[in-house]
Amino acid sequence: MTGNNAVSEAMRQINPDVVAAYPITPQTEAVEEFAEFVANGLVKTQYVPVESEHSSMSACIGSSAAGARTMTATSSAGFALMWEMLPIAAGLRTPVIMYVANRSLSAPLNIHCGHDDTMGGRDSGWIQIYSENAQEMYDNLIQAVRIGEDMDIRLPVMVSMDGFITTHSVERVDLLDDEAVRKFVGEFKAINSLLDVDNPVTIGACALQDYYTEHKRQHSEAIINSKAKILEVAEEFAKMSGRKYGLFESYKLDDAEYALVIINSAAGVAKMVVNELRAKGVKVGLLKPRIFRPFPAEEIKNALKHLKAIAVMDRVDAFGAGGTPTFTEVRSAMYGLPKQPLMINYIYGIGGRDIRLEDINKVFQKLFDVAKAGKVDKVFDYLTVRE
Amino acid sequence: MAKKTMNRHEMPIGSIIKDPGCSMQYETGGWRNLKPVHDNKKCTNCLLCWIYCPDGCIKVKDGKIAEFDLKYCKGCGICAEECPDKVKAIQMVEDKK
Repeated sequence: MTGNNAVSEAMRQINPDVVAAYPITPQTEAVEEFAEFVANGLVKTQYVPVESEHSSMSACIGSSAAGARTMTATSSAGFALMWEMLPIAAGLRTPVIMYVANRSLSAPLNIHCGHDDTMGGRDSGWIQIYSENAQEMYDNLIQAVRIGEDMDIRLPVMVSMDGFITTHSVERVDLLDDEAVRKFVGEFKAINSLLDVDNPVTIGACALQDYYTEHKRQHSEAIINSKAKILEVAEEFAKMSGRKYGLFESYKLDDAEYALVIINSAAGVAKMVVNELRAKGVKVGLLKPRIFRPFPAEEIKNALKHLKAIAVMDRVDAFGAGGTPTFTEVRSAMYGLPKQPLMINYIYGIGGRDIRLEDINKVFQKLFDVAKAGKVDKVFDYLTVRE
Repeated sequence: MAKKTMNRHEMPIGSIIKDPGCSMQYETGGWRNLKPVHDNKKCTNCLLCWIYCPDGCIKVKDGKIAEFDLKYCKGCGICAEECPDKVKAIQMVEDKK
């Protein structure tokens, strides 16, 4: 099945109370199929066909605050149109679960893969989970329900995979039994439900100089603490599915001297190159972040600190920043080590441009050069561009 | 405004107020620079001030002006402005707190 099929199947098994979504390429297939499930009575979901993504996120916030398990999906410009509502969903602590098909932002108009959407929303207060392939997307979406709805967390969660590359490619996905998923996600437990007329509350009130800081501090604490819960949920999921997840995936890192840090589908290509170089006896490895928010800085530092040189690759530009989003996070995590690995940063694959084995190979060759020279001549570069 | 400010552990999560109607406790009269002074003898009890007061601070009893509630009166002066020119029963004076 395709990545989008895997999403709609997961949504069917989760059987949320409410889905308010608007179609946008390349996510459309997932919500379209889910709407069919609703029409055919396979789920009990109330499907709200909204007129825009701003409305879909608004409807989701209201529905979640009312006490309903709520899901939605979007991509690119749709994500951008939701932006105003994203920190509101997080600030009101409504555990909305959102699937995002990673797609570039305009202009120029481009419908293909880039992490522009979710990386732009990385500080909106949501938990962020990234998925390399359809199987991970399916597994992550089911886990997201438990993570977001945990009584100590209560935060919205976005789970993403690469637009077209993963959303539209057909691959093998092992599905769990409907009953097993139902049991795993359990019942939605409302806190301060808007429908509880005996205990009325005011939601979305104003908090100025006297209270705003405490609200944000509370929110910040919840997302920092979610790290441990994410691992607990992953452990329970592994017992059910046999598939293990962590905060990130370490691929042949333990004895590695050179490594890449790369998110989502391109990590698959990179693993092939790692295998090829390993066959020649070169000690290379890869770290693939899964949870980007909360960013597991300490754990990533410990996983990478023994390396000679690291290349952090992002499928998004950061226009004048001190590096792309993952690079600035990883380099910041490494700061303060007595002996720091040399680090470089690449932008690759934006607007859906293919990343090939030889491209990844070039990055490793660059890492060997950097390590040999003992210094970095150019911190930041584009990987495939006609200069 | 709530009398005692809560710390982050005491607050319910999600920016929620568990005690609806709490704007009653927020005594906005504290913003006031001028306060209305009402002259019973001049007043014809036409109730124009009662109609125009944007905060419902003017209390009426048995068809007559009974009280200016200074807890919420922000001293906007609309009551004094609307009081007919021939009557002028309301004066805005500096409120020295």
